[in-house]
Amino acid sequence: MPEFSFLFGQFVGGLTAAMFLFLIASGLSLIFGVLRVLNFAHGSFYMIGAYLAWQLVRWMQPASEGFWPAALGAALSIAVLGGIVERVLLRHLYDREELYQLLFTYALVLILGDLAKVVWGTQQLSVSRPPSLAGSSQLFGVTIPHYNLFIILLGPSIALGFWYVLQKTAVGRIVRAAALDRETLGALGANVGWIYTGMFMVGSFLAGLGGALVTPIKSIVPGMDVEIIVEAFIVVVIGGLGSFWGTFLGALIYGQVLSFGILIFPRFSIFAVSVLMAAILIVRPWGLLGRPLK
Amino acid sequence: MKRIPWTVVVFAAGLVVPFLGSRFYTFVATDIVIVALFAMSLNLLLGYAGLVSFGHAAYFGIGAYTCALLMKSAGAPFLPSLLAGGLMSAAFALVFGFFCVRLTRIYFAMLTLAFAQIVWAICFKWNDVTGGEQGLPSVPYPETGWMGALPVIGDLRVADHFYLIVLVIVALCFAALRRIVDSPFGRVLTVIRDNAERAQFIGVNVRGYQLAAFVVAGFFAGISGSLFGIFNRGVFPDFAYWTKSAEPLIMAILGGMGAFWGPAVGAAAFIVLNQQITSYTQYWPFTMGAVLIVLLFVFPGGIAGTLMSLAERLRLRSIREPLVATEPGSRDAAG
Amino acid sequence: MLQVDGVRKTFDGFTAVDGVSLAIKRGEIAAVIGPNGAGKSTLFNLITGHLRPDTGRVLLKDRDITGAAPHRICLMGMGRSFQRTNIFSKLSVFENVQAAFITHRRRGLNFWKLSSELYRGETEALLGSLGLNDKAHAVSGALSHGNQKQLELGIALACDPEILLLDEPTAGMSAAETHETIRLLERIAKERGLTLLFTEHDMEVVFSIAQRISVLHQGRLIAEGTPAEVQAHAEVRRVYLGERH
Repeated sequence: MPEFSFLFGQFVGGLTAAMFLFLIASGLSLIFGVLRVLNFAHGSFYMIGAYLAWQLVRWMQPASEGFWPAALGAALSIAVLGGIVERVLLRHLYDREELYQLLFTYALVLILGDLAKVVWGTQQLSVSRPPSLAGSSQLFGVTIPHYNLFIILLGPSIALGFWYVLQKTAVGRIVRAAALDRETLGALGANVGWIYTGMFMVGSFLAGLGGALVTPIKSIVPGMDVEIIVEAFIVVVIGGLGSFWGTFLGALIYGQVLSFGILIFPRFSIFAVSVLMAAILIVRPWGLLGRPLK
Repeated sequence: MKRIPWTVVVFAAGLVVPFLGSRFYTFVATDIVIVALFAMSLNLLLGYAGLVSFGHAAYFGIGAYTCALLMKSAGAPFLPSLLAGGLMSAAFALVFGFFCVRLTRIYFAMLTLAFAQIVWAICFKWNDVTGGEQGLPSVPYPETGWMGALPVIGDLRVADHFYLIVLVIVALCFAALRRIVDSPFGRVLTVIRDNAERAQFIGVNVRGYQLAAFVVAGFFAGISGSLFGIFNRGVFPDFAYWTKSAEPLIMAILGGMGAFWGPAVGAAAFIVLNQQITSYTQYWPFTMGAVLIVLLFVFPGGIAGTLMSLAERLRLRSIREPLVATEPGSRDAAG
Repeated sequence: MLQVDGVRKTFDGFTAVDGVSLAIKRGEIAAVIGPNGAGKSTLFNLITGHLRPDTGRVLLKDRDITGAAPHRICLMGMGRSFQRTNIFSKLSVFENVQAAFITHRRRGLNFWKLSSELYRGETEALLGSLGLNDKAHAVSGALSHGNQKQLELGIALACDPEILLLDEPTAGMSAAETHETIRLLERIAKERGLTLLFTEHDMEVVFSIAQRISVLHQGRLIAEGTPAEVQAHAEVRRVYLGERH
């Protein structure tokens, strides 16, 4: 039996990974829930967000806490990018078959992936932690960087914030109605077009934010786009498509399975996650907290 | 007006390629033929059954690994290994498909993608069998010594011999696919694609037929993957990665999924384009993405669809007959 | 032939069909009438397997088909048409009917035979009797509404049903088309010994061909009997016929 502190360390590691995944997957889930589009480019937005954050940090070099405005700036730029993509191109494909939307977002993956290579090259890039969170604390014999603690707290805060907006506000009501039934939404007199754009921007913002915030922990490399999108996809499928808390739960499960799976089957942790996903899909194809679909 | 038998013309042209004496042409032609089968197998689902699978690479990969393992590790002969590759893919398609066909539309696409990721994870991690990340290098060529004794083709290189074997096998697969789409089974698939609800009320077990189509498509993808593993002289986990699943979709839409030969045309265009573009820029994905966007927005029918509607327009101008379907049985005749 | 025992269906607390029972004898022409929203279409969907009743049973030829899959019920000899025209709109008229022949005769899992000539004779004969022969190769989605309704009937007939459920077979038709369709239905029912169950909003049609009429109101069966009996029924006159006449 391994020591408690070791297990706790694994748990914290899994939790940190889970919160990043939640940031990204919640955007994916939100876009799917409202627009019914599986956005493969979500991973690309995440990657571009990371590169932009790196770029902005460099430009703001003298500022000691430059990381924060850089991260926010990166996320906002991605939101704008998402908005442009939705307004100019994606919206023309809504009444086409799913295949066209899928291939469109895949085309964006190809294009953005290469653009990132043109602009930032193919070397690994990294960003150092902001000085305010550079320290670390001891907890149950485990050293936890403050930055990781911040991420672990940020995840639930964003989840709660979203929950509040979705459940308690007028905007949230419209969004929930949009997720349930597009036709009644139009009948309510809501401007469906702008709701879609808005949701796409919010989802993209989350992807960009996830990418920006991950830079102090992971280095930025080409290929991180197609890797993260599959992980986010698995999280969303496990939790239930379009289900907000499902995504949160899915991320937590994914993080822990990955983190403890390594202990049990050292080589098979990716595999463990996939099997978990398959099992859930077979028993509950609509995910843990999703709604049964016809 | 007598129709030109395009199928025969293209097959004959294919037979001539090795005699051009260029290694490069044979290489590209082999690639096109194998990948065309992959795209055509997918189109049974996409164009005929109306099912968008985003995990077709799984069956390509399973076939490739099965055939390569049999030939490399067990020293099995080529044809039984090839058949085993197809059958193994079909078996997996049966199991995965059973769950996938319970879902519709985008959910179907996502579940196929999810299963493909599982296959990829197994290939990537099961070092003892699949070689893990390193894959299975140096898959042997089939025994082609007997071809050396044949007249006319006897003096060709091994790669040319392999190409001819591939060409014949794939031509047989195409003939089988053509037969299937023209069969009552094929007709029922188009009926389901058109109106699945109504199909139930004429006695169609919709999920049953979709599953059957999924298995058939899986089989041919497996054959294609088996051939590709040998051609590529190695099998790697990438064969089953999700981005690989996008390729036959792109080819189908590039060539036109509404026509029987569309995906094969798309595969040829895709490979040739790839060769041309990678020869002077490394940014092939960017180009492909841009081409794809133009296709989606401007030519949603692909190459074949655009040519067909052009031909239709010319025909209409000459005979002025409004909205008439072609004779049954020739509705997908692009070639 | 067809027996419905106290079927009930609730959607989100709203009871669409509330304990309806019907018994239809072989060769009978029966109608279900009732104001809009009375539950006629839901009842049809419960019988044909599109929906599963919460309680109650459906028997076809004395076999329990409650909640069975639609394709099984179809293969047991029940055909249906829909209120909103439901055809294979991208296929030709010929292919629509031919497909029904193929599937109903369970030839659909044949991967090898050429489909184009299959059941050509039967298909052409059926199209002929519907008067659609000259449109056989037109894309069905481009036909007039009346022709599409006729085609839908053709698809149902190609399944060689013993009992045919028709949901508003003349909806949206002109007076002439309605007349033609009704004559056709009567003739085919007689020729084939078909049992017919239909819903219809046109009372003239109902009273001219139905032998038995069941009246639904708010999901409940309020009257049943011969046209004369139903016409004389006080509650029917009040809730339904009164609204129209």
